Formats: sequence, structure tokens, C-alpha cells
Amino acid sequence: MVRKIMTANRAISEAVRLAKPQVIPVYPITPQTTISEYLAQFVADGDLDAEYIKVESEHSAISAAVGASGAGSRVFTATSSQGLALMHEVLFAAAGLRTSIVMADANRSLSAPLSIWNDQQDSLSQRDAGWLQVYVEDAQEALDTTLTSFKLSEEVHIPSMVCLDGFILTHTVEPVDIPSQEDVDSFLPPYEADLLFLDPKKPMSIGTLADPDYYLEARYQLELGMQKSLTISKRINKEFAKIFGREYDTVEGYCCDDADIILVAMGSLCGTIREIVDELRNKGEKVGMLKIRTYRPFPTEDIINVVKNASKIAVLDKSVCFGIGGILYSDLKTKIPANIVEIYGYILGLGGRDITPKEIIDVFNKTKNPTQDVTWIGLKEGF
Amino acid sequence: MEIPEIELLAPGHRGCAGCGAALGVRLALKALGENTVAVNATGCLEVMTTPYPETAWEIPWIHVAFENASAVASGVEKSLKMQGKGDANIVVFGGDGGTADIGLQSLSGAMERGHNLTYICYDNEAYMNTGVQRSGSTPYGASTTTSPKGKNSFGEDKVKKNIPMIMAAHEVPYVATASISYPEDFMKKVKKASEIDGPAYIHLNQPCTTGWGYSAEKTIEIGRLAVETGIWVLYEIEDGDFKVTYRPSQRKPVHTYLESQKRFKHLDEEHKANIQSYIDSVCAELKI
Repeated sequence: MVRKIMTANRAISEAVRLAKPQVIPVYPITPQTTISEYLAQFVADGDLDAEYIKVESEHSAISAAVGASGAGSRVFTATSSQGLALMHEVLFAAAGLRTSIVMADANRSLSAPLSIWNDQQDSLSQRDAGWLQVYVEDAQEALDTTLTSFKLSEEVHIPSMVCLDGFILTHTVEPVDIPSQEDVDSFLPPYEADLLFLDPKKPMSIGTLADPDYYLEARYQLELGMQKSLTISKRINKEFAKIFGREYDTVEGYCCDDADIILVAMGSLCGTIREIVDELRNKGEKVGMLKIRTYRPFPTEDIINVVKNASKIAVLDKSVCFGIGGILYSDLKTKIPANIVEIYGYILGLGGRDITPKEIIDVFNKTKNPTQDVTWIGLKEGF
Repeated sequence: MEIPEIELLAPGHRGCAGCGAALGVRLALKALGENTVAVNATGCLEVMTTPYPETAWEIPWIHVAFENASAVASGVEKSLKMQGKGDANIVVFGGDGGTADIGLQSLSGAMERGHNLTYICYDNEAYMNTGVQRSGSTPYGASTTTSPKGKNSFGEDKVKKNIPMIMAAHEVPYVATASISYPEDFMKKVKKASEIDGPAYIHLNQPCTTGWGYSAEKTIEIGRLAVETGIWVLYEIEDGDFKVTYRPSQRKPVHTYLESQKRFKHLDEEHKANIQSYIDSVCAELKI
């Protein structure tokens, strides 16, 4: 193990180098770009023995990834925002065909207006594509989650999206423990395709036409695989902890046991909320934080276990589901029964607007005496 | 030329009687042999050969979407190479819509990157899978459901997009045109394409009984007429060298071809003369 200072994009690239994917089709886009650059350099320097395909678009990046995964290789790609939106069609195919692709998404807002800055609208808008989605808080978690995602995706045959906040994580340096190759090899042995492969000695037709007699069951099988992945991810996280000493779960509760109000978020914002929780606790407030890591499949039971003793939760969303509220808020409203906890939604930080400690405290105060279900935080005067 | 007896596209698929695409694929696979992996764009071929749980493919086959077959094939090629199975032929089948229109970007990318694969466009000159809508490959004067003949329309008002030459501009090692009605010429080209290290493109003219409007037993005859009239020219471009591979001894008049199909039946003498003079000028350049 080596400890180095690096961005989350570098940390993800190091994880990919250690995971040894055989094929990497990738197309650069801000703020994912440095991932595609680091990986190109690893291959150019012989530090990673992979086929790096310089595709002409994100649509082709994910299409080549499906082809490569379908043909039996471990595959990685990365994208962001408009690129992920361009992939939309093929994301469904990648999941429906039960590939094991791992993809990093540097979370960035969607045009229009054009914005290269962070929010989580891009990947949240792909929530129904059938991919596993994990949101990470820092560079270390980005590295670790990339490794666990390969293992999980290859076991459940469902592709994984590792979502990291653009710029806040992708371009910010932090200390990161880089595991040894030996440890990674023991955690993640070379991929042996057991479901999908294109071998002339054992012909298989992948991606056939399914008439109404078959389609429904195929989709249901994907749902079953999704549900199964929750249990399997817990086992994999324990295996990971045993080797690397860092333990993750689908969700993380912080100071939630006796909390009256729990702030809920995903990604880097959790780091800021943790500080605010400490600050408010010092002032005697009964507040906690729920960090949701696994967003798809939705870990309903794990969430209920954390929030069941609270009276209210405040969901901080960097996304909009028009007419409803934030996207995470909408999911929580759907799955958490109203008799367990009251749910209030806050939309903030869109298009890279800074989320200040003051605003998070404002969210907490508003939740104490709520006047409406959904509130936009930080709007300029006159709006 | 001996045509191998092996059948790698099984009978019993859902192609129409007289389907030119099925014939083209059957011949291509005979030329390629068993050590082949096929990538298929969405279209007639994909739909008619793989109604789950059946498949007509005796070789590994993958389909993902309409416009991305070349990108999928790029991933397949690199994936197999990394697994030490790089000796397998990679063949891509896309229709004219999946090639000339929606799939052109991913095709261009794959050709430019130099993947070792053979792309075969089975060109039936419209979107046949969805009911004969025009594509960039639909010829001048053809009536389709989205370029219909009418009081103010003589059908498609633009000439066919020249995809083989666009591929040649990518400076790939091998580009050829072919016709299902000249099986030996086609199979030789497929074989050559598969033996070349790098990307190869074959544009296969393939009459369609349903979309062109002729009776099922005439598929080969009409394919031959296209070549004999000069409407479709058989050539290859090997490392930049252009060569016509078949010259009709005497070109037949274009109207014999046009009058054989319902899609051209509405054309008046003036339009037929326009087409004849266009074909004359193309053939004059090629000395056909």
C-alpha cells in the first residue's frame, strides 16, 4: 500500500490499472477527461495491458464496451453529463444484455443552459436504465468503489456506474491509499466470462428479438438480479474490508441513533453535512446524516433502519424531477412509508452553485418548522 | 470456384420468400467459415434470424442497437484479441439505413481506427424492416412510403449516397461493391476482405421482393439486371487501386431494370431518360 495525494479521477484510474480490464473504450469529456488521459498514459507506458479504443463518441464508447463485455472481457469506461445522456439508449442494452461493464460518471449538470459544473442530474436521470449506481464521497471511496464494482458487476451480471461529483472530487486532491497489486489480485482475480462470450467453438446469439411472450420475464430477471445485488454487495464489502481495512455499506448513518432530524444526501456533499452535524450537535441539536451510497437498486430496508427513530428527514438533492422535487426525494417519498418519518425535499447546488454550511443549517432550520414539501435553496432575490 | 457446402445461416428463419439479404449472408458465411463472429445492426436481418428462443446463426452473433454495430464490433474485436482469439473473422452486417444513415458515424470511426473487421452493407435501398421508408441509399425516382410518388412527386428526388467511395476516402485497405446475383465475385471479395489485416468494406446490392415490388422468384434476375444495365457497378479498391471486377459485354437499357419493379413503375419517359443519362455518364468514366 502506498499513500499519495491525488484527485478522485486519478484514484479511479489507479483502481482501473489495478483491476486490469482488457478493454477500455473511452471518449473524453469535462470533468471526466483526466480519467481518459491517465488510462491512455498507463497503456502507453505499459503499466496497463489493455486495448484502449479511441472511439468517436460516447455512444460508441458504451457500444464498444457492450461488444467487448459481450465477447467476454473485463471492461471499463468513463463519461459525464452530455456524454452519459448520449449513451442513454445503449445503457439499457448494456443492462438488458447482462454485461459486467464498470463506468465512472463524473457528475455534471445537463444542458441547457450549458454548464460544465457539478450536480447529479446526469446519472440520476439514468436511474431506470438498469445499472447499479453508487455515489462516492471522496477520492478514497472512488478508488475502493471502483474495485468493489468490478467484483459485484461480474458476479450479478449487471453493469455498474460509479458516480463522483465533478470538480469537487474529480479535480480536488486528497490523500489516497493505493492498494498493492497483490491485494487487488486476491480480491479481484482475472475475469472469466461465464454468461456472455463470443466463442466460435461455442456459438451463442446475444441480443435477440424478444416478442411479448418473453420480454416481461427478461425485465423481471433483471429486477431479481438487482435485488440480489444488495445482499451480494454487502458480502463483497466485507471481503473488501478484510483485505483493505475500509468498510462500506449500501448506506451510512452518522449520528442517527437518537436524531430527531436526519439530513439525507449522496456524494461529496456528505462531507460538508458531517461537519454541520458536528457543529449542530455541539449546540445540542438532535441531528444526524444519512449518506446513501447505493442508489440503484434502492436500499429501502437499510434506509428505513437508519431513519426509523427520527421524526423528519430533509433530502438535499442536486437534481430536479419537475413538478415533484429532487430525484432522491421522489424515491424516498415513494418507498418510505409516511408513518415512519416525514420527508422534506430541498433542491440546491445545481449547475455547480456552491452549497455553503449556512445553507445546510438553513435546510435544518426549515425542516424544524416546515412550511412546504419542497424548497429551492439559494435562489437569488426576485426568484 | 467451389462453393462450400457448410451452412452457417440455418434455414427456417423468418425472411420473406426470395429474400436477398438472407442469400447474401448465407454466401458471406460460406466464404468466411466457422471461425467467424458476426455483429448485426438492428434491421430485417436481425429480426428475421433471431426471434427468441430461436436463432438461425450457427456462429457467435451479437446485436445491440441500430446505429452502433461498427462500435460494438470494435469492442468485440479488441476483446477477442485480448483473449487470444484474434484469429476469428469479425463480420458486421448492417442494412443500408444502418450504414448510410444512422450508423455512418460509428462506421466511420471503426474504419478510421483500423479495426480488423469486414463490414458488409446489405443494401436493399430503403428501410424495409419498418415498411419501405426511404434511406440515404434509396435511388433517384424510387417511390417509398416516405418518398411517395404523387401529384407533385416522382418519388425520391436525390441520387443514392455513395457509401463505398466514402469508405474509400478513409483509406482502408479494401473496399468493394458486390451483388448477390454474382455469388462467386461476392464470395471472392468477402474472402479477400477477411484475409486483409485491417478494416474492409463491402457494399452488397440486394434486391428486395417486398420493398421493390416484384415476384419472389425474380430476385436473382433483378440483381443481375442492375449490374447488366450499369445501375450497379461491381468493383474493388485494393490499397487504393480501383478495378472494375465485372464488365457487361453490352449494357442493357436502364428502362428494362426500372420497368421490372413497382417502385419505379410511375416514372415517365423524361425521368427514365434522366436516369439513363446519369448512368451513361457514370459508366463512361468507368469505361463500362
